[in-house]
Amino acid sequence: MTIFGHRPPVTAWIGLGIVAVYLFVALFGPLVAPYAESQSVADTWAPSSAQLWLGADQIGRDMLTRLIYGARMTIGIAAATTMLSFFIGITLGFTAAVLGSWVDMALSRLVDVILSIPQLILALIVLGVFGSSIPVLIVTIAVLDSTRVFRLARALGMNIAVLEFVEAARLRGEGLWWIIRKEILPNAMAPLISEFGLRFCFNFLFVAALSFLGIGVQPPYADWGGMVRENAAAINFGMFAPLYPAIAIATLTVGVNLVVDWLLSIDARPSGSQAEM
Amino acid sequence: MADDLVLLLEGLCVETNKGIVLVDHIDAHLKRGEILGLIGESGAGKSTIGLAAMAYARAGLHISGGAISINGTELRASTALQRRNFRGKSIAYIAQSAAASFNPAMTLMDQVCEAPVVHGVMSRAEAEATARRLFATLQLPDPDHFGDRYPHEASGGQLQRAMAAMAMSCRPDIIVLDEPTTALDVTTQIEVLALLRGLIREFGTAGLYITHDLAVVAQIANRIMVLRRGQMVEIGDAKQILEAPRTPYATALVNERRTATHAPLAEPPQGGEPVLSVVDVEAGYKAGQSIVRGINVTIARGETLAVVGESGSGKSSLARIVMGLLPRWSGDIKLKGETLPAALRPRPRETLRRLQMVHQMPDVAINPRQTIEEIVGRPVTVFFDRPKAKVRERVRELLALVGLPEDFAPRRPGQLSGGQKQRICIARALAAEPDLIICDEPTSALDPLVAEEVLKLLRKLQDELGLAYMFITHDLGTVRRIAHRTAVMLKGEIIAQGPTSQIFSPPFHPYTEKLISSVPEMDTTWLDGVLAKRANSPPP
Repeated sequence: MTIFGHRPPVTAWIGLGIVAVYLFVALFGPLVAPYAESQSVADTWAPSSAQLWLGADQIGRDMLTRLIYGARMTIGIAAATTMLSFFIGITLGFTAAVLGSWVDMALSRLVDVILSIPQLILALIVLGVFGSSIPVLIVTIAVLDSTRVFRLARALGMNIAVLEFVEAARLRGEGLWWIIRKEILPNAMAPLISEFGLRFCFNFLFVAALSFLGIGVQPPYADWGGMVRENAAAINFGMFAPLYPAIAIATLTVGVNLVVDWLLSIDARPSGSQAEM
Repeated sequence: MADDLVLLLEGLCVETNKGIVLVDHIDAHLKRGEILGLIGESGAGKSTIGLAAMAYARAGLHISGGAISINGTELRASTALQRRNFRGKSIAYIAQSAAASFNPAMTLMDQVCEAPVVHGVMSRAEAEATARRLFATLQLPDPDHFGDRYPHEASGGQLQRAMAAMAMSCRPDIIVLDEPTTALDVTTQIEVLALLRGLIREFGTAGLYITHDLAVVAQIANRIMVLRRGQMVEIGDAKQILEAPRTPYATALVNERRTATHAPLAEPPQGGEPVLSVVDVEAGYKAGQSIVRGINVTIARGETLAVVGESGSGKSSLARIVMGLLPRWSGDIKLKGETLPAALRPRPRETLRRLQMVHQMPDVAINPRQTIEEIVGRPVTVFFDRPKAKVRERVRELLALVGLPEDFAPRRPGQLSGGQKQRICIARALAAEPDLIICDEPTSALDPLVAEEVLKLLRKLQDELGLAYMFITHDLGTVRRIAHRTAVMLKGEIIAQGPTSQIFSPPFHPYTEKLISSVPEMDTTWLDGVLAKRANSPPP
C-alpha cells in the first residue's frame, strides 16, 4: 500500500498506527470514555478491574477516562501551539529571507536574544507573571518555539528566494505576501512538514513538562504531564498509576518520530540503493 | 591483436532501480591509444555509459546486463575491492565541471597525488614529481608551485587541466572524458582541447570522449558513436560520421551543427522606431568597482541585438541593469523615449509589463509547484486584470502561439521537457504583451536540435508581433542565426558593435577574430589548422 506515491516501511506503519489511535481518541474522547472527566468512581488508586481497566487515580477517578480526556487536552494544546508557532515562524522567516538587509538583521538578532535564554526558564517567568490559563500557555510556547521555526524557514527561504522564478515574480511587481505564499511556501513544504512533526513532539513534551511542574494545564482538566505529577506518590506503594500517563507520553512521542523519520527519508534520499563506494 | 584491446563493452545495459532502461545493449571496444567519441543529446545515456565503463552506476541506477572487460578482466564478475583497484589506476575519469569536482579544502597537489599513493603505484615524492611534470606538460602557470594552490585559486580552465593531471597521474590505460570542455569559454576550450589531445597522444592512452558538440569530438576522436535514448544510432570513423552519416538522426545532428557556422546573416530591418536606448551606462555591485561602463546600445522595433562575450564580460549584468535588478550608477535608459527609473521598485506596473525577460535555465525560471495555467496566466491577471474565464482563454491562445497543445494547461513543469519549459517561459513573457524581451542565454541549457526549434519560434514571434529582442549569448552560432545587430563585450565594455554581417566579416576587431576563430568547425583538421596559424602569428 502506498501513501502519496511512497511505500512506508514497517516502522512508519507502526508510527502511523499509534498516531491514528491517539488522534481518534483525542477527537472522539467523550464518546469512547467510560465515565465523565472528573467523576469519582472508586477508592484512591483502586486496582484495575472489569469496570476500571486501568484502575483509579489519586482521588478515585477512572484512569482510562482521565487518559482519554488527557489526550484531548495535551494533543490539542500541542497541535494549536505548533500551528501558531509555524505561522509566526514561517511568515517572519520568509519575510527576512525575501527582504534581506535590515529587516533580516533586526528579526534575526531578536530571535538570537530569545534563543539565548533557556526556554523553560523564560516560560516559567511568563506563565508566572500572566498566570497559567490555556490561551496564555499556547501563545507563550508558540512564541518561544517560533524562533526555531524562524531559523529553518529563513534558511529554506533564502535558497528559494534566489531562484529565477522568484526573480520573475519580482519583475512582475508581485507583493511580498504573494511571493511568500505562492512562490516560496509550496517549494519549502516537504522539509517544513517533517519539521512540523518534530516540533509537535517537542511542544507536546514541553506542555507535559510544564504541567508536571504545576504551571501548565490546571486541574480539574486532565492532562498527561499533570497526571504523572498527581499520581507520583503511588510509585512509593508499588502501584502503576503514574506509569500509564508516562507510557502515553512516550508512545505518542515515539509514534510521531517514526512517522517523521519516514517523511524525512523521502525528502533526503534518492529512491533506490546507495552508490557503490 | 587481442593484447591491443583495452576496453570491451558487450551488451551493456543500465537501468534505474524502478526498471527504466537508460542504456540498452551497447557494444563498444577500445584499442590502445584509440579515442571513441560518444555523442548525443541529454538523456542519450552518454555519461551513464562512461561511468559504466568503470563498472560504476550512480545512486538509483544499476548495471543490469552485459560484460565490461578492462585488459581482459571482467569487472562485473569481480569483487567491489577488485573494481576499486581498477578505478583511477587502469581507468580514470575527467568530469564536466572541474570546479565542482575538487575538494575545496585540499590543495591541488594533495588531490592529484592521492590516487597513485593510494593505489601503491608511487611514493608520495614520486607522485609529486610526476604531477609537476604533468602540470608543465599541460602548460599550467608556475608548474613547480601550482600544486600548492587551493581550487578557488585557479581558473576554470586551469582546474580542468589539473583534473586531467589527476586522471593521468597513475598512467591509466583508459581515460573517460565527460564533456571536459563544455563548461569553458570558447577561447579557453580550444587551449584545453589541444592540451588534452597532446597528453593523450603522448601517453598512448585510450579514451571515451563524451560530448554533445560534434565539432569538438571531430578534433579528437578516431571513431564516433551516435547515441539516442540509450541506444546506438550509428558508429563509424570520425570522418565518415561528419561527412556521410548514414542514419537520419545523425544527419540531422550534423546538419544542425553546420548551419550554426554557415547560416546566412539577416540584415537589420529598416526604419524601425527605437524601443530601447541605453546611453553611457555604468553600474556595479560594489562601490568603486564598476562591472560595466560606457554602454551605449539601441534596439529598434522588430530588431534583435545580440550581446556576446565570454563569462565575466558583463553581458548578464547589462540585462539586469536594463531590467532594474541592478540599479545603474549613471547614464540613461529609455524605453520608447521615456526614461526608466534605475531601480525596480519605483518602476510603474506598465513599465514592468513592457519589459520582459526569458531566463537561461528553464528548470528554475518557472515555479515547479504551479500549473502551466497559473504560470502563464498570472501576468495576464496582474497586467490586464481580466476575469478568470478570459485569462484561461488567453492562456490557451499563448500556448498555441508557442506551439504547445492546449492540454498542457493543467500540467506542472516536472511533466515537461527542457525545450517545452523554455516555451512556457516565452509564453509567460508574451502574456505581458511586451515591447522588448531580454533573452539571457535562453538556448544554452538546451540540446542543439531543441535549441534550433526555440530560435525558430523566437524569429517567428518577432515577425508576427514586431518584438524587439536583446539576446545575450556566448555562442556565436546562435548569434549568426538570430541577430540583426551584434555588440561584442569584453571586460565590461562594448568593444565592437554593428550589423551582424559587418561584425562577422573582415576587418575584424582582434578580440572578435579570436572569438570567431575559436569556434570549432566540423572538420577533423580544424584544430591543427588553428594551432598552426596561432603559432605563426603572436596573439594581439
